[in-house]
Amino acid sequence: MSSASDLESNQSLYAKRKAVYPKAVDGFFRRLKWAIMVVTLAIYYVTPWLRWDRGAYAPDQAVLVDLAHRRFYMFSIEIWPHEFYYVAGLLVMAGIGLFLVTSAVGRAWCGYACPQTVWTDLFQHVERWIDGDRNAQIRLDKAPWGVEKIAKRLFKWAVWLLIAVTTGGAWIFYFADAPTLAREFLMGDAPAVAYSTVGVLTATTFIFGGFMREQVCIYMCPWPRIQTAMLDEKSMIVTYKDWRGEPRTRGLKKTADTGTKTGDCIDCFQCVSVCPTGIDIREGPQIGCITCALCIDACDTVMAQIGKPRGLIDYCTLDDAAVEKAGGKAQPHLKTIFRPRTLVYLGIWSSIGFAMLFALGARTRLDLNVQHDRNPVYVQLSDGAVRNNYTVKVRNMEARPRDVVLKIGGLPGAVAWTADGERDGATDTVRVTAPADSVQKVRLFVAAPQKGPARSEFLISAHAASGKEKGDEDEVVFERPATEEAE
Amino acid sequence: MTNNVKETGSRVDEPTGTAFVGHEWDGIEELNTPLPRWWLLTFYACVIWALGYTVVYPAWPMINSATQGLWGWSSHGQLAQDIKSQTAKRAPIIAAIGATPIDQLAAKPELMNAAIEGGKAAFKVNCVQCHGSGAAGSKGYPNLNDDDWLWGGDLTAIHYTIENGVRNPDHAQTRQSQMPAFDGVLTPAEISAVVAHVRAISGQRKADGLSQQGAALFANNCAVCHGADGKGGRQVGAPNLTDGIWLYGGDTETITETVRKSRQGVMPRWGHKLDAATINMLAAYVHSLGGGEATQAPQEVAASNVERK
Repeated sequence: MSSASDLESNQSLYAKRKAVYPKAVDGFFRRLKWAIMVVTLAIYYVTPWLRWDRGAYAPDQAVLVDLAHRRFYMFSIEIWPHEFYYVAGLLVMAGIGLFLVTSAVGRAWCGYACPQTVWTDLFQHVERWIDGDRNAQIRLDKAPWGVEKIAKRLFKWAVWLLIAVTTGGAWIFYFADAPTLAREFLMGDAPAVAYSTVGVLTATTFIFGGFMREQVCIYMCPWPRIQTAMLDEKSMIVTYKDWRGEPRTRGLKKTADTGTKTGDCIDCFQCVSVCPTGIDIREGPQIGCITCALCIDACDTVMAQIGKPRGLIDYCTLDDAAVEKAGGKAQPHLKTIFRPRTLVYLGIWSSIGFAMLFALGARTRLDLNVQHDRNPVYVQLSDGAVRNNYTVKVRNMEARPRDVVLKIGGLPGAVAWTADGERDGATDTVRVTAPADSVQKVRLFVAAPQKGPARSEFLISAHAASGKEKGDEDEVVFERPATEEAE
Repeated sequence: MTNNVKETGSRVDEPTGTAFVGHEWDGIEELNTPLPRWWLLTFYACVIWALGYTVVYPAWPMINSATQGLWGWSSHGQLAQDIKSQTAKRAPIIAAIGATPIDQLAAKPELMNAAIEGGKAAFKVNCVQCHGSGAAGSKGYPNLNDDDWLWGGDLTAIHYTIENGVRNPDHAQTRQSQMPAFDGVLTPAEISAVVAHVRAISGQRKADGLSQQGAALFANNCAVCHGADGKGGRQVGAPNLTDGIWLYGGDTETITETVRKSRQGVMPRWGHKLDAATINMLAAYVHSLGGGEATQAPQEVAASNVERK
């Protein structure tokens, strides 16, 4: 560890967080953020309570991640663990979607849809409601601890905590039947993991939304780094048009009267005041900018007041910035957004989506898995025939019990039976009942005449006794003792 | 490089606006980008957590062992606890299996399935030494997978065999039979005639003069246990000599040895070593291997139930 004397001056290696007091603002992007906040929070809180009738054998919750039973339900789709590649596909789509969104509209995810942004925004609204706007907040922060400050702090933290508890509370309902779990949770009968999950999520929401805020984006989150790497000169980013704004002047009229060249920026610091991450956008693109566009709203308001055109701070690409700086005219935004790169991303993204939809539509809900017993590989029967044993797993993925017909093919003279049946009267088909939405394990005995190859491959197939659904088949091996020389 | 000295006295790197720390290696200088203070606090919190962790859990190495920790946790203890809770969880169903008469076990599928699984585990402990891990047996030790049974293959018979064993000298209820050794009783020529007959009735050679000569000897010496047709008898555990299954081997040499010296295979009895539930489970497992027979004559079972009551 280096001692303080190593340092050129008495500077600290650790920096205290600079408090940010974002000012309230109104405008197009603020309203868009309101709308997105309402929609995303509504989706988050309401989804687990939607019902979806699946019959008597499956849960009626529309969206349910049933970890205990390894099932994932989403409306009419049910995913089994072995079908996890659909989830992998969704993740691939999310990845490509990130490329798509970032190349088109930059860090839009960060600015509008990220939970950290949405909840921080919500917490800041609460803060303004209780403490007042920016200036009042600064005053209150500097004020000594008195009755009013303590009361306001406690009230604010209580409201935050309430939001945090409902946030953490809503999460667990995705993993169990929501009404049942809610009742159990309130009665104190819910599993310990439910309480600890709510506890952890309450704590993280409270701390991240209330106190960490932009520190999460700047220091903890890898997303800004990834997104920054994916931005290019055609990506829409929030840009201060310095060629229009500079040089900044405070007394616009006075300075103009003196004949000095003036820019449109009046250095009013409104863009800095409203910024939820506390940066100055006029310093250019930077890691701290989540592109929430609130500075655009703030600057537009000021420009309207001083009678200048809007858009001194605006969404703009680096290419357009260069064009505009040279006095040219930027190309329309739609043309920027729908350019070959984004269209290719869109093509890849949607073809994965369509491929998954097709696969979902074409998948069978009956699956067969056969394992040959390895110990012993064959059993000599008293009448000279040879028996092999198989562990058959019939996976009935429909939410109703089904009769399934197992059939052996390609093994001459062979008959099959299960523990419930007998070899006498056995044929090449066996009927088993598979319970709803579960795997039925069956021990299948197959006997064939002794004469034959020491190792023959044959097929065991399964199809539903009723219905036309394509079944499944599995190729397995039948083994016999090596034929002894006859005397 | 221009040295931009601010009022604070520290030089600032112009492109980034960040102050230098003062360290320099071959012209490369370190910038002071201060770590957030909360990060430092998180680090201290982790240190405190770690110290607490080493106090309540076993951690610090001492001369002979490590500190035990205030909570007394150990992986052995946790395993013992897990086993205890699993045993407690299984206790009711094991008790139910033990309390169910073997002939009624198959009528309760839930118990039967649990018994098969439990029997599989108990088999691995008690039976694999002779019968093999797949219960396929070996020379002198019967294969329990097949459909050939010396003493009977229904649940009750299997249960009886496990409980009382075979040829246990100290136990009156044991499965008992004794094949005489024919060395000296029959001449070697007669023995080879009998062997020829046995191989003929089991389809391993054609009937000829020798085997016909053996047939007469068989009728006089062997049929009393093995039956006139050689199909054996389960009352005395006499094997069926006409089928494809041989406990010791069906070749001329082995059968000759069997006739000359006889075979006296012994299976230990388990009735006094294992509890009722385990024996029921073993019977259920062996019965499930593929050769299990349906319990004989259900009306007899019903009658015996009445008697028991």
